[in-house]
Amino acid sequence: MASEESRDGGISDVTKRLRAEDHVATGVLTAIVVAILVALVAVIGYILVSGAGKAFDLHFLTSKPESFKAGGGIGPELFNSFYLLVLTLLISLPISLGAAIFLTQYAPEGPVTNIAKTAIETLSSLPSIVVGLFGMLIFVLGAGWGFSIISGALALTMFNIPILVRVIQQALEAVPRDQRDAALALGLTRWEATVHVLVPAAMPAIVTGVILSAGRVFGEAAALIYTAGQSAPALDFTNLNLASPSCPWNIFRPAETLAVHIWKINSEGVVPDLAAVSAGTAAVLMICILLFNVLARIAGRAIERRLTAE
Amino acid sequence: MTSTTPLLATEDVTVSYSGKEALHATSLSFERGSVTALIGPSGCGKSTFLRSLNLMNREIPGCRIGGSILYHGKDVNTRGVDTYQLRKQIGMVFQQPNPFRKSIRENIAFAPKRHGLSGKANIDALVEESLRAAALWDEVKDKLDQSAYALSGGQQQRLCIARTLAMHPDVVLMDEPCSALDPIATYSIEETIRDMAKRGICVVIVTHNMEQAARVSDKTAFFLLGDMVEFGPTPELFSRPKDKRLDDYLTGRFG
Repeated sequence: MASEESRDGGISDVTKRLRAEDHVATGVLTAIVVAILVALVAVIGYILVSGAGKAFDLHFLTSKPESFKAGGGIGPELFNSFYLLVLTLLISLPISLGAAIFLTQYAPEGPVTNIAKTAIETLSSLPSIVVGLFGMLIFVLGAGWGFSIISGALALTMFNIPILVRVIQQALEAVPRDQRDAALALGLTRWEATVHVLVPAAMPAIVTGVILSAGRVFGEAAALIYTAGQSAPALDFTNLNLASPSCPWNIFRPAETLAVHIWKINSEGVVPDLAAVSAGTAAVLMICILLFNVLARIAGRAIERRLTAE
Repeated sequence: MTSTTPLLATEDVTVSYSGKEALHATSLSFERGSVTALIGPSGCGKSTFLRSLNLMNREIPGCRIGGSILYHGKDVNTRGVDTYQLRKQIGMVFQQPNPFRKSIRENIAFAPKRHGLSGKANIDALVEESLRAAALWDEVKDKLDQSAYALSGGQQQRLCIARTLAMHPDVVLMDEPCSALDPIATYSIEETIRDMAKRGICVVIVTHNMEQAARVSDKTAFFLLGDMVEFGPTPELFSRPKDKRLDDYLTGRFG
């Protein structure tokens, strides 16, 4: 009789217990997500609200910083951040693409490949301050380039390569094997298969990964403090003398970025409007990175759509 | 003289993966304009054999092909063989339709262009000719620049056949080309296979489906546990199997 009841009367004790567990688990997980969201929104909201006044002020975005008076801007820092990012990507992207292609398509399974893979994983978890100090030893002092854009870009390259290699490697590995087989069965070489079939098929994931890594590079401070330096010479965009410190394109001039600027004015700044400048810079930096993330999604999706017509 | 030399033949071909022999010495020959079916239960070595004919097995680490593969009477299972040239002439269609993530047009034109075809008129002509040969032209002629992924599974597989035919191959190897398709799509692919044979192409098809082997093939080879057990004209092989094991397989007495 009892078992009869539990069958058609609906719910047995076990089911009840399982349901309760399910409710509790759902509740706990929801609470965790809400907590994370609240924290994130609070941080982003705080930065945006306190920096919005400055971040949308054209004068702040274009004028040079002040050392002692109020009213300084972040023009050179903004330019430096983008210039360093572009240079870093120009150096690190081809190297990472090559390394990832080699590791996924050519490298024979063996000790050398495994060491390379382990090295890349280790490098990707290296603290950026270590990368910065290493960059100072090698590029700033060793090569004698001083605090300069090129030293900074190379340090950022070291910081960026492991991330990019992994992103591209995963993107290439996610392309079904049958794509490569199809190309080889048509008498194409492995290189042709890679360049004309695999890389295009992996492109949405590669582009998304590159832009996301760009966000990390853009916001990096520790690796740059000792390589690209903490001073931002006033830039004169009419100056095309590549040896002049005021020429924006001179890669041997020191170049403070947005992230380094935030760190510097907070640690040794004496301007009266320090808090406002710092908040404004932080807001600009964060808006840029948010834009990178949005762009990454849009670009990835657009390319995907072109490839699959869905 | 040349009529006595089969287009493609194997002499004691073996295939081993990391030292373990998956296919024991197999000698078969394939003629122009004929369809040969390779049948047998899963894991019997029929796909392995098929993939050795265009040396695709060489792309798998640890895989070794032994024996001779005679193409136009010349052994191609050598170190110095030009696999790129060979695979142009011995095409392959895979089990799962695997069009490139490109437009329908590019799926056909991409490989011939890499092999040196140029000129828009030439390319357009080849695209049309190949799609017609695979009975796909009428369905896709107005959307050649759309992605191949917009097509149905059966259409994708016919696109893969068209892509292979665009290389003007002597031999087309097909690895269970219909196993992912519905009966109507299967029927249309079988028609295409017969058409290909009529135009002189030598087709070798691996299939799980005995009715399919009976419908499309002139000759059939039965594989079991890495051995090629019996080879002969399809009607004979199905009606009067010589080997007890084939008889058991055909009557479904297989464990």
